[in-house]
Amino acid sequence: MLTSKEISRYERHIQLPEIGIKGQELIKKASVLVIGAGGLGCSALQYLTAMGVGVIGIVDFDKISETNLQRQVLYNANEIGKYKVEVAVQKLSRQNPAIKFITYCTQLTNKNAIEIIKNYDIIVDGTDNFATRYIINDACWIANKPLVFGAIHKFEGQLTVFNYKKDNNTIPLNYRDMFPTSPAVAEVPNCSDLGVIGVLPGIIGTLQATEVLKIITGIGTVLAGKLLFMNSLDMEFYTFEITPDVNRKNISIEEYLSYDYGQFCISESQNQINEISCKELKELLLNNRNTLQLIDIRDQEELPKVPVLEELLIPLVEVIERVSEFDSSKKIILICKSGIRSKLAIQMLQKKFGLRNLFSLEGGITEWLKN
Amino acid sequence: MKIEVIVFGMIADIIGKQKIEVNNCSDTTSLQIKLTHDYPKLCQQKFVMAVYKKVITGNTNLNNGDVVAILPPFAGG
Repeated sequence: MLTSKEISRYERHIQLPEIGIKGQELIKKASVLVIGAGGLGCSALQYLTAMGVGVIGIVDFDKISETNLQRQVLYNANEIGKYKVEVAVQKLSRQNPAIKFITYCTQLTNKNAIEIIKNYDIIVDGTDNFATRYIINDACWIANKPLVFGAIHKFEGQLTVFNYKKDNNTIPLNYRDMFPTSPAVAEVPNCSDLGVIGVLPGIIGTLQATEVLKIITGIGTVLAGKLLFMNSLDMEFYTFEITPDVNRKNISIEEYLSYDYGQFCISESQNQINEISCKELKELLLNNRNTLQLIDIRDQEELPKVPVLEELLIPLVEVIERVSEFDSSKKIILICKSGIRSKLAIQMLQKKFGLRNLFSLEGGITEWLKN
Repeated sequence: MKIEVIVFGMIADIIGKQKIEVNNCSDTTSLQIKLTHDYPKLCQQKFVMAVYKKVITGNTNLNNGDVVAILPPFAGG
């Protein structure tokens, strides 16, 4: 039941015969989990909050950084360093005090995902890496939850709804119908290093909130079985029909729990990745330069170039095939923009070749240039 | 025989534009071979192809004027 205050607040929804009081009550009863409080999450969350979704869960383990502010519109410069979930809930509660927010300041893994998502009606994927996207996809499949998928790349966005069954005749789809396995770590540049226009996650996140509204209220046609691509440069929208992959093998809960999802799931091995701070590297460069090999694993054209750190350039996608160029007699420092790809590279090299003596420059070129 | 190819994301980054025309490919497998020959970096990319806005799973015959889209997964958020 809506209160008189709610009837007034949501009047513009209620005026629509397609939604009405009944639809608004469904929205109030609904619970939605937004995974990732970054660009997509900030945008989707604000509309889900405004429209009166009863319970909203937010998963994010990250803290606000300065480079987030160009597109993650819930955050301000004076909140840098604070946990995103905390600041997001503060702002959103002010926006609509009637909403119940539940926060999970944790990295989603295949050990905790089902436990979290089972409490919600609809899941919104606003994450920024394939490993977590596959975990969410599989967890939603197993827990039978509709998944509103959004993703972005530079000037382009993707949107679809997985695991949605409108009636008994529809075969629900999941991410593995298109891409049965995750791209190899080597294929995945860290998206935060690629650049993205600030409004793009705003657009795609808003479209995700739109799909959530349609699923809750049953209006319109949910974007299930179709993949939308949008290109903001020519402002064209393309919709492609997807069909179930006849070869798809549905993942069992046992396979899901033991599956190696990549960078975030093998956290034990991540802990073993050696890092070197900019300060330590500076000292070594001054006193023991000949004991070091510096390998820049960014793409050829990536800027800025830092002369003192230039020695060998091996883009991440080539590190496996060019491993013979690694000088194992030296301390090998891998460098990227933010220190994430360099850790991935080490993880790959350790796994494939058992290489030791590899160090990731903590914070990457960005951190180096701060000092 | 001309095929219009629309590409997205990382594929467009590699090819350098969003639309190209490819000649003499009678099916999607030969189109893929030709594209990876012309743009070797495509070998490292995952993608699916869509013919006339329908994602295909196997090799599909192509006719003059067909529009093929090459769709990579995006991770960013």
